[in-house]
Amino acid sequence: MRRLLTVTAVAACSAFFSAPVMANDGVQKLTEDPSQWVLQTGDYANTRHSKLKQIDTENVGKLQVAWTFSTGVLRGHEGSPLVVGDVMYVHTPFPNIVYALDLNDEGRIIWKYEPKQDPNVIPVMCCDTVNRGLAYADGKVFLHQADTKVVALDAKTGKVLWSAVNGDPKKGETNTATVMPVKDKLLVGISGGEYGVRCHLTAYDMNTGKQIWRAYSMGPDDEILFDPEKTMSLGKPVGKDSSLKTWQGDQWKIGGGCTWGWYSYDPKTNTVYYGSGNPSTWNPAQRPGDNKWSMTIFARDPDSGMAKWVYQMTPHDQWDYDGINEMILVDQEFDGKMRPMLVHFDRNGFAYTLDRKTGELLLAEKYDPAVNWATKVDMDKNSPTFGRPLVVEKYSTEHNGEDVNTTGICPAALGTKDQQPASFSPQTGLFYVPTNHVCMDYEPFHVSYTPGQPYVGATLSMFPAPNSHGGMGNFIAWDARKGKIVWTKPEQFSVWSGALSTDGGVVFYGTLEGYLKAVDAKTGKELYRFKTPSGIIGNVMTYTHKGKQYVAVLSGVGGWAGIGLAAGLTDPNAGLGAVGGYSALSSYTALGGQLSVFTLPQ
Amino acid sequence: MFSKLSLMRTGAVALCMALAPLSVSAQTLSKQGDPTPVKDEDGKYFDKSGAPTYNIKPDGTVDWATYSGYRRYHAECHVCHGPDGMGSTYAPALIDSLKTMDYDHFQEVVVGGRQNVGGGNEKVMPSFGLNKNVMCYLDDIYVYLRARSDDALGRARPAKREDKTPVITATEKACLGE
Ligand code: HEC
Repeated sequence: MRRLLTVTAVAACSAFFSAPVMANDGVQKLTEDPSQWVLQTGDYANTRHSKLKQIDTENVGKLQVAWTFSTGVLRGHEGSPLVVGDVMYVHTPFPNIVYALDLNDEGRIIWKYEPKQDPNVIPVMCCDTVNRGLAYADGKVFLHQADTKVVALDAKTGKVLWSAVNGDPKKGETNTATVMPVKDKLLVGISGGEYGVRCHLTAYDMNTGKQIWRAYSMGPDDEILFDPEKTMSLGKPVGKDSSLKTWQGDQWKIGGGCTWGWYSYDPKTNTVYYGSGNPSTWNPAQRPGDNKWSMTIFARDPDSGMAKWVYQMTPHDQWDYDGINEMILVDQEFDGKMRPMLVHFDRNGFAYTLDRKTGELLLAEKYDPAVNWATKVDMDKNSPTFGRPLVVEKYSTEHNGEDVNTTGICPAALGTKDQQPASFSPQTGLFYVPTNHVCMDYEPFHVSYTPGQPYVGATLSMFPAPNSHGGMGNFIAWDARKGKIVWTKPEQFSVWSGALSTDGGVVFYGTLEGYLKAVDAKTGKELYRFKTPSGIIGNVMTYTHKGKQYVAVLSGVGGWAGIGLAAGLTDPNAGLGAVGGYSALSSYTALGGQLSVFTLPQ
Repeated sequence: MFSKLSLMRTGAVALCMALAPLSVSAQTLSKQGDPTPVKDEDGKYFDKSGAPTYNIKPDGTVDWATYSGYRRYHAECHVCHGPDGMGSTYAPALIDSLKTMDYDHFQEVVVGGRQNVGGGNEKVMPSFGLNKNVMCYLDDIYVYLRARSDDALGRARPAKREDKTPVITATEKACLGE
């Protein structure tokens, strides 16, 4: 049994709260006000689009730095600040400091919260100690710390209102993700796929921190919260033991399927959407079967946690293509009919368009032409492989077997896109997607499981996509109705920063060298760039203060990108020693955590 | 203190647990000496001080340990130390570390871990003493990094290698407890 809450905190604080609110109209309303930014993803639909248009294609070239703020932490800075009213909330990577800054007083620190966490959690977090940020609802700022403690802070004072413990770092359970406030609940994920953790989504009472439900990604029906008759997949009920049937023995108990990505919510149908990560280990030979429900899009009822529908994108993963990237909810015309769509750019290199009400698969197309591990996703409803990727044997690490190095697989394990979220502009009807243009060699081998120790089981080496522009990234515009790239802007490094589009017709994103860039949403033409102090893996956000529009982004190189690309990548096919010095990120930028805020000159 | 011979033979995991709490303070910053192999034990090579070493032929053929170390490094260490021992935004370049670090010191850090926290740049090297996927291959990882550090081996995957000898296979199995 887990200890779910700090008893004293709850006892001390519950007195302050009146009856729980019915639905979180508060968050919904705040996200409709473009002058504030209260969720990491901008809104419940995860569009990362702002209606602000003071800064537009005409004047964005004149953008200037208005003010800056050092976070005092040097690790990789993912996520973005929030703005609620006149206060900005800034978070940091481990130790997960939270600052409340007064926008009326030149960013003076109103309060600072710094949790005490065991440093032993640091090395358990695979690939840097990033944190993808805070969420705000009902006068509370929510933080999910590295050590999986979830805390609710009083937005005014920074006082801890309640805290809950979501996992155990000693077992490899950690957190990097943000949280999602929905109605009177807080939805929370967990990481640890490289440690054999069986991951889950958990709902806590927003006012007390009491655990309401927990839905595992794999296991018996009552633990994954599936109704065998009512939970649907590709138009059919999933049936009994839909997860257990796809694993051998007890492997599901250390099966991964982590939930470290983004969560979206459709208030109309009362449904939350999110994806699950890789099955563990990375050695597919040690886990025969489809390994459900890893690599899956989930649609759940936030009140009960019950799954409405699921779709597994990469059955029996052999490449580490986690399915955790954001689900963007938009209504667009598809084949002449308005559809409630869910659009998802998966690590596996396919962009999926589904009907979010029913889970019907409408379209799945490659969003980088380099993708080669599968020819396509089978769209024939009558085919026995309907909805599955048609895997190319040559690139199948399962087919080639243990101790064999499978070469030239595109994309690499970090995916055509990792967690860095895309944006959707209703103005153009297009998605703006930060991508990686990197391929890999992958050699699986046998590993033994020790609780709390890494459980990886593959060696991999990465290199820029061959026969292309030589760079490791692209920033693209995507049409999810047609499944087509509209324009591509090549980048030297993977684009590891979340995009922001605005009604000013501008799209913003950051680069690993440290540039904040603004491009024309219609054409991709670069309109502005500014080099911030460190590489950008944070997400761009915008807000207004006293009637003026600002654009803000966190710099601070790190994360998987900083680890993989710091020394540059070698192309094994180009022969020994062929690393161009140009490809080393470390010759462009160094560590540093800083917030940069931009605006137009007076 | 440490046996200069392979830890694997003496039941690496049990031994390493006992060693874990050692402090690093008494270390001298010195590189392991001449890497020339003077002894070949069933496909494993040792230098004159008894430390494991690489054996790379003029045509580029590497010994099994170097090859195995390449694989294990890229499974267990590169997520922090970057590809090919080159370092990252998160952890130091081990090909540089080995220039001032001998075999004993290397083992001690990997077995016991190390913390360097505070100042906004939290750095923690985990302790791998309990992890068979590392401990059973510690010499291999060392040998691989030693070759990289000496510039005897380039960045890519070694193209040609010696075969795994039956003794190496048997020792590996025993260490993993299989
Ligand atoms: C979770 C991240 C992580 C992993 C995995 C990791 N290391 Fe480290 N390692 C570090 C950090 C951070 C440091 C620097 C610690 C410090 O500053 O004291 C370090 C330091 C070291 C050092 C000392 C370097 C020096 O210059 O003093 C050695 C040797 C080392 N690691 C070897 C390894 C080996 C071998 C592996 C794989 C078996 C490994 N590490 C895996 C994070 C990691």
